[in-house]
Amino acid sequence: MPLGVNSSVISFAIYLGFLLIFVVFAVYAERKTAAFIQNRLGPMEVGPKGILQTIADLLKMLQKEDIRANAIDIIPFLFAPFIVFAAVFTGYSVLPLNSAITGSDISSGVFFLLAIVSLDVLGILMAGWASNNKYSLYGAMRSVAQIVSYEVPLGLSVLCVIILTGTLNLQTMSFLQEGGLTGWNIVQHPILIIPFIIFFIAGLAESNRTPFDLPESESELIGGYHTEYSGFRWGIFMLSEYGMMLLLSILGTILFFGGWNSPFANILNGPIWGTFWLLFKALLLIFVQMWVRWTLPRLRVDQLMSLSWKYLTPLAILMLFVCALWKIWVIG
Amino acid sequence: MSYLGNIATGFKTTWKGMMLSIKYFFQARFARKKEWVAEDNYFEKANGTFTVQYPHEEIPIPDHGRYQLHNEIDDCIVCDKCAKICPVDCIDIEPVRSPEVFGQTSDGTPLRIHAAKFDIDMAKCCFCGLCTVVCPTECLTMTKEFDFSTTDILDHNFSFSKMTDQEIAEKKKEFEDYQAQKTKAKPELPTQNKEADVMKKPTSKPVFKPRIPKKK
Repeated sequence: MPLGVNSSVISFAIYLGFLLIFVVFAVYAERKTAAFIQNRLGPMEVGPKGILQTIADLLKMLQKEDIRANAIDIIPFLFAPFIVFAAVFTGYSVLPLNSAITGSDISSGVFFLLAIVSLDVLGILMAGWASNNKYSLYGAMRSVAQIVSYEVPLGLSVLCVIILTGTLNLQTMSFLQEGGLTGWNIVQHPILIIPFIIFFIAGLAESNRTPFDLPESESELIGGYHTEYSGFRWGIFMLSEYGMMLLLSILGTILFFGGWNSPFANILNGPIWGTFWLLFKALLLIFVQMWVRWTLPRLRVDQLMSLSWKYLTPLAILMLFVCALWKIWVIG
Repeated sequence: MSYLGNIATGFKTTWKGMMLSIKYFFQARFARKKEWVAEDNYFEKANGTFTVQYPHEEIPIPDHGRYQLHNEIDDCIVCDKCAKICPVDCIDIEPVRSPEVFGQTSDGTPLRIHAAKFDIDMAKCCFCGLCTVVCPTECLTMTKEFDFSTTDILDHNFSFSKMTDQEIAEKKKEFEDYQAQKTKAKPELPTQNKEADVMKKPTSKPVFKPRIPKKK
């Protein structure tokens, strides 16, 4: 790697900075998307077209009291948000930013990412348990059940890509998809469309987004595992949720849509353009996530489980088999 | 439903829903027209954002919308009809009679009574509009002004009288003097209990007897 050790530092700084700015504007984008889909205007008052609304909300949130109820289990309660955020943000360490900045260049990249990200369930369970509140505990339990279930199809769909590319390293995977639009995995191997859909659905469930937002379900569990949190700690939970969305979108981009490769082969292809393309494609996927959120209603718990175990998992196993055959017969 | 049928239905319905919401998303670049209720396509506004950002923009309303009451006090003959018909008693009038006609309204009705007080408490008003219907000189109207919220409920009492306390006292005195002069000028009339006459029962009442048809 041209930049050696510094590469991971740069990647860390850029991803952290981008994540923080992204969250501010993603909340704004989320509210605007919701408004437009519902024939409304959304935030309009703070700044031109309401662009500074989230900043105003953020300032308000930071000034709030950090409320700690009497009956909470104080140590897990205080640490839970940071465990969730650390688990999510560690996932960013293996994501390549462009052809020059690899981040952490470990050969088992995707495996590490999936393993470390599933630790956030620990933080959520800690938060729900420590809150000493039945709604929080319900939320946490649902979250655990949901994430454990959806890890399976998520992992299997990622495995389909790994079979076809033959590497776990995300930077190597990006280099393999060079050469414009036709180099992208999903175009090179059209069979990957179904694994991508599985990956996307399971990713929604992993990041606790609607229609799989049962752990939070504002309307029935009043926020679920973060009901008892306020102020900055609550903000960390929100940051982790949006961080998880962005992480899975970037991962999806690298696995299926060519990562930092430009769609026009060598035109607009360089380290800086590479960063742009990676984040641009990831943001498009995030828009789809928002679009789904404001279209589909929340699933019931049993529907959630049946979707994962009866539909996505068998389909993912089937696709794993088909991808293996594709690897043998088509790629050779 | 079969297993594959479930998958197909799931895809079909999700796709349909997603296409529907994206249609609305792109439609949001249009906004509803700020037109009022008499327009032909008033109810066909689903295409585009519906929000009216109220303090910055508003939908036009007719000049005589049934909102805040206004009294053109120069045209008011203080007949008290509005106060009498008001179902919630929100109009409070204090008349001061004048010895002679002191002016004319714009439609030529002579003015004989000064309005010492003409208060309308919009906090009590039920916006029925009956007062504007009975007003003989059409000086009491409902305007299109609807945003008159205040922090103090007493500010909802709108006072229309232009007379100062001094003027009121002057006019009252004027009329008292006139009354006193009139009684002095009149000779003592022989005592005649007029009221009793009026109140006396008529000596005979017409008797009404229904005729009962005889049975055959």
